[in-house]
Amino acid sequence: MKYLTEFRDGEVAQRMAAEIRQLTTRPWAIMEVCGGQTHSILRNGIDQLLPSEIELIHGPGCPVCVTPLEVIDQALAIAAQAGVIFCSFGDMLRVPGSEKDLFRVKSEGGDVRVVYSPLDAVALARQHPDREVVFFGIGFETTAPANAMAVHVARREGLRNFSMLVSHVLVPPAIDAIMRSPANRVQAFLAAGHVCSVMGFWQYPPLVKQHQVPIVITGFEPLDVLDGILRTVRQLERGEAAVENAYARVVTFDGNRTAQALLEDVFAVGDRAWRGIGLIPQSGWHLSAAYRDYDAAHRFSVTGIRTQESPLCRSGDVLQGTIKPTACSAFGAQCTPRTPLGATMVSTEGACAAYFNYGRTVQLERLTITR
Amino acid sequence: MSVATTPAAGAHPETGHITMDTWVCPLPLRDYPAIVMGHGGGGQLSAELVQHLFRPAFAPNATDALGDAAVLSLPGTRIACTTDTFVVQPLEFPGGTIGSLAVHGTVNDLAMVGARPIAITAGFVLEEGLPMAQLARIVRDMARAAHDAGVRIVCGDTKVVERGHGDGVYINTTGIGALAENLHIGPERARPGDVVLLSGHIGDHGMAIMSRREGLEFGSPIASDSAALHTLVADLLAAVPDVHVLRDPTRGGVAASLNEIAGDAGVGIAIDEQVVPVRATVRAACEVLGLDPLFVANEGKLLAIVPPECAERALEAMRAHALGTQAAIIGHVVADHPGMLVARTGLGARRVITMPIGEQLPRIC
Repeated sequence: MKYLTEFRDGEVAQRMAAEIRQLTTRPWAIMEVCGGQTHSILRNGIDQLLPSEIELIHGPGCPVCVTPLEVIDQALAIAAQAGVIFCSFGDMLRVPGSEKDLFRVKSEGGDVRVVYSPLDAVALARQHPDREVVFFGIGFETTAPANAMAVHVARREGLRNFSMLVSHVLVPPAIDAIMRSPANRVQAFLAAGHVCSVMGFWQYPPLVKQHQVPIVITGFEPLDVLDGILRTVRQLERGEAAVENAYARVVTFDGNRTAQALLEDVFAVGDRAWRGIGLIPQSGWHLSAAYRDYDAAHRFSVTGIRTQESPLCRSGDVLQGTIKPTACSAFGAQCTPRTPLGATMVSTEGACAAYFNYGRTVQLERLTITR
Repeated sequence: MSVATTPAAGAHPETGHITMDTWVCPLPLRDYPAIVMGHGGGGQLSAELVQHLFRPAFAPNATDALGDAAVLSLPGTRIACTTDTFVVQPLEFPGGTIGSLAVHGTVNDLAMVGARPIAITAGFVLEEGLPMAQLARIVRDMARAAHDAGVRIVCGDTKVVERGHGDGVYINTTGIGALAENLHIGPERARPGDVVLLSGHIGDHGMAIMSRREGLEFGSPIASDSAALHTLVADLLAAVPDVHVLRDPTRGGVAASLNEIAGDAGVGIAIDEQVVPVRATVRAACEVLGLDPLFVANEGKLLAIVPPECAERALEAMRAHALGTQAAIIGHVVADHPGMLVARTGLGARRVITMPIGEQLPRIC
């Protein structure tokens, strides 16, 4: 596949890994912000190519993981209502709310549908004028333009039966919050390439300046990730802190200005709670006043939600990189991908689910099988 | 209208053998263009459905009365028996229908223990309102698949459920096959050193269904690989009588099948991801949806585990068969990491491939 296979070349990867090993003189903790990068690292075994000094910390960039419990419970309550068609991306269906997940709501008779694009939900609203169609609009800046477009189209067409439950989060405030945390161990960031394809990276120079932390815009294929790590390590070893773009075939400084204009129209920045982390000021988007009628939280006044996180779950500490998943007492015992207590154990991008498998790989290493 | 004792439409005028190319659906059935509750009521409408649709399609030459049970003469004493229920949506998809899938799935389950398929039963649950023309297409496709596979559909049952209580058609099948005396194929026979072979491209069926179900279109259409594998198995067994394990990697894909075998045999399995055959379109579709081809369903592929000294012969035999031209050796059974499937990645690293928990869910980003 053009633009994919070239970035998966095993020999080039080995050469880049060798260069990283050569450059590395002491321990460095690097956070890959995006869950897509975590997925790529574990799926391809990139971490196994790195010297032991380099620690990759899985960041909070997994939308499934950071969507607040309260919003999940809200979604579950709306999805259970008669007459509602509740649309979501696939991997939200298994995320545990206080008592159940969307799969359970579906089995109990809720009309829950997996869609591949928010515009599919708009089409459903068109086809079913007698039903309320609600789309679960979550994610980072990457998924935001399509979600914004869906609301925009719905308003333009005057579709009164479409609404969106929005829980959008933003990357730069999260990086800022991590750097401000007293327990922070992160020394450099691999920024999420797809977020930057929308937003550009004009937001990063101030962060780099304030926290003196290298930020490298990084893609998702194995060679992209290795290139991001290589550039990060080079900066760290030289004592530099700069923004670098290692994903130039997709990302420009300005980003997609058309998308940004749409986002500015449809959404407004506000405080947002992150599951497991807590409230981060000005870290999310909600629908702007002009689109208030399309806000499902406003349209369906769901009351009486009392959230109940598992008292055992330490996903917040995991998401901030202060503990490894294995340090949680529930890890691998009460909490497995089959019986997740927290969202980080659900998605393959979630750090705990990733470690659950990774941990098994570590056991493998002890078996001294020839590679 | 024809009755069951006369050759069906499409039957050869002299031999009476049905030729699927000329067979014409014996519609219309009375005045009903769609299934009504009465088609499951056991009265005239039920009888007509059997007389004019199922029987001409599945047993055009049968002259015996319709009894409560089919009477079969089976060779030998070792009989393989399997049952399966088909609920696929959509009912018709590129590369097949629920009808042909039911035949192939059942034939393949028999073939995976080395049995020669002999007879299949067919239980239909029809939803009120199902267009008769669509049912006829499905039945015809099912008859064609059985005919091509050389297996008879010997008895059946029809029930009708109210509109809204079914997805058009569900089909339950039971298959019976004959097994050679000395044949023992089973997951528990996988042992360290054995070689793992795969008969061809993976993921075709799952992605064909998903792209049709979700209205996704990819460069060129992906067709299901649905096919009966028993002749491929026969060729393989002729070349390598001591095949240890056979498995058709349906739901859960190659990942689930190999995890199951590793668990059942208490061995580890190591595969090389790079050599697992995947069509470019399927790979691209999986990339778009965030799916892993190793977890995607197949309906016309098999995994074979054979002793190392037989591996090359097994590969040759598979490649010589039309359904195995893309066969490949994808890995080995190992003594390490018992119960686990480990893949060598394109970067030369390794990853554990776990048993899928439920359906694979498309990722958000």
